[in-house]
Amino acid sequence: MESLEQIRDRLLTRFPAAKLELVLNPGPAAEHSLLLDAASAREIALFLRDDPFLGLDYCSNATGIDWPGKEIVDTVKKTVPDPAGGPEKIVEEKTKRIQPGCLEAVYHVYSMALKHGPVILRMRTANRSDQVTLPSLTPVWKSCDFQEREIYDLYGIVFEGHPDLRRLLMWDGFKDHPMRRDYVAPDDYEWEPTPHGGVLDRAKAHYPAAPAAPEVAATSPQITPEGPKP
Amino acid sequence: MSDPSSTRAPDPFPAAGNLSDAEREDLRRHGILLTSLEELYNWGRSNSIWPLQFGLACCAIEMIAAATARFDIARFGAEIFRPSPRQADLMIVSGTVTKKMAPLVVRLWNQMPEPKYCIAMGACAISGGPFKQGYNVLKGIDRYIPVDIYIPGCPPRPEALLHGLTQLQAQIKGERMSGPDTARHLRPEEPSEFPIPDYGAHDLEPPRNPDLFQPPSLPRKA
Repeated sequence: MESLEQIRDRLLTRFPAAKLELVLNPGPAAEHSLLLDAASAREIALFLRDDPFLGLDYCSNATGIDWPGKEIVDTVKKTVPDPAGGPEKIVEEKTKRIQPGCLEAVYHVYSMALKHGPVILRMRTANRSDQVTLPSLTPVWKSCDFQEREIYDLYGIVFEGHPDLRRLLMWDGFKDHPMRRDYVAPDDYEWEPTPHGGVLDRAKAHYPAAPAAPEVAATSPQITPEGPKP
Repeated sequence: MSDPSSTRAPDPFPAAGNLSDAEREDLRRHGILLTSLEELYNWGRSNSIWPLQFGLACCAIEMIAAATARFDIARFGAEIFRPSPRQADLMIVSGTVTKKMAPLVVRLWNQMPEPKYCIAMGACAISGGPFKQGYNVLKGIDRYIPVDIYIPGCPPRPEALLHGLTQLQAQIKGERMSGPDTARHLRPEEPSEFPIPDYGAHDLEPPRNPDLFQPPSLPRKA
């Protein structure tokens, strides 16, 4: 199979208007991927599927990623000449900028006919709140159907052109997207026998008022049923 | 688990109550079987518990294994898994109850006729298990329906399920048909059906049945 750079170059000659970007994976797996832009993603996917040298006819996996917005501090070192004629000073200038977050859909596509793959494709939404539409690749690869529904359910990416975009795991009236980083689970932490970490913080809100003699309670722990709350 | 011989008050039934166990055993050796209606009723019920045939997760595989020849749940008369709740006596909640599934489980429970019993099989059905803090897992089926037997395990072995079943049989054999400690299903004031939770915008509504489930409070250090 061609390398990802060769595929990108070939795509750019075929689709000059497309904005393509290689997303490199610095880890030992080195699974680099190709970031598509939403406008031309459908055409490019069709080309990848039907091209005789690539023949990527099978999408094995589609999943989502949530990238929340984060604050980045840029540090720039500047040398300032001393007006009195002494040695130059080095001043650090820190500028803060907010990198906007986005939602991402990732597709792993293989060729069953030519027995190669995977080629990893990514698409990113403009932001995480209102511009969350991406083109659906279900018309290209049929196996994306349920997986795109799952991404819609858990991350909230709206796939344009999907034949049947409904929630997959949660019920229809559910409002949240549970796999997003800022999802807050319902507060039903009233009975946690051994809480720790974040669960402990949430369980503490449900703890009854401290007993009169805590040292006695600590030596002889007793489970007592709590009466109905007034 | 209530032991029938120890918790029993002096028997109000003259048919069996005036005879000691030794005398009855003596009569049985001569071919005369004396019993009470209550005993016969409980003997029949406890040895033909028909479970509802449904499984929710991997615990269901162990439940199926309990029905196979190696473990053979038929030894205890509970091999007739019914596909309809109308014909079932026992609901084995075998596995993870998701919040999407919970209203359907409660609905099935409401459709079962009395007397009916519930076994919560495995960590998930008891408390949510390893998925307790998940976004779509109910933290124990006892938040919505009454549970008679809890079988811990992840998943419990078929032997554990059979042990739970024999414990349930012992419970049934100790039930009374009349008197102050009448069995639950013979007391008209005890509810047989429970409210089915609705799918809300963020969670099931209500998140638990307050008449049925109150969280125990552990005294803790501040």
